[in-house]
Amino acid sequence: MRIHLAGVLVDDQEKALRFYTETLGFQVKHNIPLGRHSWITVVSEEAPEGTELVLEPDEHPAARPFKEALVKDGIPYTSFAVDDVEAEHERLTAKGVRFVQPPTDLGPVITAVFDDTCGNLIQIQQEKPQP
Amino acid sequence: MDVYRAIADPTRRAILDELVDRSGQSLFELCSRLIMKHGINSSRQAITQHLDVLEAAGLIRTRREGRWKLHWFEGGPLKAIGERWPISTDERTTEK
Repeated sequence: MRIHLAGVLVDDQEKALRFYTETLGFQVKHNIPLGRHSWITVVSEEAPEGTELVLEPDEHPAARPFKEALVKDGIPYTSFAVDDVEAEHERLTAKGVRFVQPPTDLGPVITAVFDDTCGNLIQIQQEKPQP
Repeated sequence: MDVYRAIADPTRRAILDELVDRSGQSLFELCSRLIMKHGINSSRQAITQHLDVLEAAGLIRTRREGRWKLHWFEGGPLKAIGERWPISTDERTTEK
């Protein structure tokens, strides 16, 4: 058994597609119209055959209160691995991305948390080499 | 809640330490720092209760920033302690 999908619940699929590709830099893997919505997945260009991230509509009535409660407490919906949190923070800030938590050294990891503009906070995480 | 009881608890002192390190933290960031840097693995609900105590004592303030809620350290009540029991700068007095 393997994990091939992860998802984020987004308030607008088109806006999410732009943010996750143009701003974050992921690549579109699938974009299949399905009635009012689409089946949209993106992948990292570092791992195009790896886990796909589904940009899923947050239409279920329970989804928005759930998302808002997470955002209020600064809790990220999911986390992406990066090689250099500091460099990503600089790159994304220059593109207008808003960080709720700047790069923070937590011992074995450095993390930062930003707003995906689609109703979620996302963490980026860099593992430090273990001595 | 008075300031003395608020700072009597080690978890609450750790919260203040972290908010002095960086002002304007979310509950998530604060909890991450408490577990990773202090080994304090209290639940978010427990930390929220500690934050309520600190806020009632005037030692932190909170503000909604956009859609998230952030916490700041407020040193005023601690300054009042120093003013009430000032440390003498006169060495002759402190030596006796």
